[in-house]
Amino acid sequence: MQIDWSYAWSALLKNWPMFWYGVKVTIAFAIVGTVFGFLIGLIIGAIRAIPMDPLDSTFVKGLKKFGRWITGFYIWVFRGTPMMIQAAFIYYLLRPVLNWNPITAGFVIISINTGAYMAEILRSGIQSVDAGQLEACKSMGMSNFQAMIYVVFPQAIKNTFPAIGNQLVVNLKDSCMMNVISVTELFFQASSIAGSNMRFVEIYFDTAIIYLILTTLTTALLNFIERKMLRDKEEEKKPIFREMSA
Amino acid sequence: MSQSIIQVEHLKKSFGSQEVLHDIDFSIEKGEVISIIGSSGSGKSTLLRCINLLEIPDSGSIRFHDQDILNSGLKPTDYRTKVGMVFQNFNLFANKNVLDNCVLGQRKVLKRSKEEAIRIAKEHLEKVGMSDFLSKPSTKLSGGQKQRVAIARALSMDPEVLLFDEPTSALDPEMVGEVLDVMKGLAKSGLTMIVVTHEMQFAKDVSTRVIFMDKGVIAEQGTPDEVFNHPKNPRTKQFLSRFLESTQANQTEE
Ligand SMILES: Nc1ncnc2c1ncn2[C@@H]1O[C@H](COP(=O)(O)OP(=O)(O)O)[C@@H](O)[C@H]1O
Ligand SMILES: [Mg+2]
Repeated sequence: MQIDWSYAWSALLKNWPMFWYGVKVTIAFAIVGTVFGFLIGLIIGAIRAIPMDPLDSTFVKGLKKFGRWITGFYIWVFRGTPMMIQAAFIYYLLRPVLNWNPITAGFVIISINTGAYMAEILRSGIQSVDAGQLEACKSMGMSNFQAMIYVVFPQAIKNTFPAIGNQLVVNLKDSCMMNVISVTELFFQASSIAGSNMRFVEIYFDTAIIYLILTTLTTALLNFIERKMLRDKEEEKKPIFREMSA
Repeated sequence: MSQSIIQVEHLKKSFGSQEVLHDIDFSIEKGEVISIIGSSGSGKSTLLRCINLLEIPDSGSIRFHDQDILNSGLKPTDYRTKVGMVFQNFNLFANKNVLDNCVLGQRKVLKRSKEEAIRIAKEHLEKVGMSDFLSKPSTKLSGGQKQRVAIARALSMDPEVLLFDEPTSALDPEMVGEVLDVMKGLAKSGLTMIVVTHEMQFAKDVSTRVIFMDKGVIAEQGTPDEVFNHPKNPRTKQFLSRFLESTQANQTEE
């Protein structure tokens, strides 16, 4: 067991264009997955958090129940299976119909996968907003929908920001599973370089370092935003430091 | 045709197997200031919440200008716009500053222009003495300030009736006065109000009618003089004497 440090360094420089391409794809996947996953999660989380209103008609009540059931099923499936399997299965399943390329398929899959996690984060965030906020909205004639958009969501998002941001870090790492459908993200590129040079240890070491730099910078950025948000808040004066374990 | 703004008939409400309101009949006319008093758990909040449809009565009717609102005479959201509510815990929008708390509903529900909404909000914030705090986050206000903003927010919607559910109960004693003063001003200006309160002096001085609730029924109602000075129901007497004792005890302590 040993690493040739100088080879690790020179291979990094020599193959940098390929690494760099992989980095860009990985970052794109992390951002697309987190942004669209967030939007999906907001909708799904809201469907799951909307309370049964006694004023609802039987039809609306039935619709809400169905919505909860179907979203629960979605979350169960996508959190309960590896994203790598989801990617392989969905990509090949729909390829004859959609004739899509791996990148498009990958964007869709990482978004749907992240959406399942975001849905649970945002559902709990929505439910943690004081019920009086919704009542105040209703008491002045706002609809449930308006109350959600203007009052509940902003508070839910702020309260769950650490967990939401964490998904960005998770996606930086987990996008590597997209190599299974030949998306040219960082790990896929690394494997190609390693394979063509027959030097696995040094190339994967380089790759790990690049991932570590990406996650560290992202974590620092998220901490900065978080602290800025907390500064406006009276209760919490101390910054929360993010765990790197995610 | 009655002159009532709101008319409640045979209202019943249960939570599970516990019936909290038994057959309530009650109406309010324009310009009335009604105080609802009674011991805790007697159903005062539930009655108020039923009137605003935050709770849905199990049976009975609520009529608003002779329109039945429980059986689809009027959309619940449209009705609620006309019946404002001030909560014990203020419930100011935590993500908005003072001005925006008063603007949001006007913009989204009444569809007022931004300029008009701001103008009206400022007017009411002025009235409650909060115009120096327009851009302050609502979470950074004291309890008394929060409640005054909550009142301005409700007024900004031009309600025909304003409901208050123990508006001073969550306040530190030194802040009760500033909120009661605002409410006195509103009463004087002719606003129709229903106030659930433990402030007996306020009920005595300000209301045109006092309702005493006991165990889910209206046990007695009348002018402040009738209810406070000549109560007929023994339960009213008992409740008032208990109150008198506690205020006297407080006074001797001071
Ligand atoms: N959402 C609820 N679920 C179950 N019980 C409730 C609920 N709201 C009120 N109650 C019960 O109804 C009774 C009347 O409560 P409330 O109207 O709040 O009384 P008050 O405002 O006069 O103190 C109490 O026994 C209370 O426990
Ligand atoms: Mg109460």
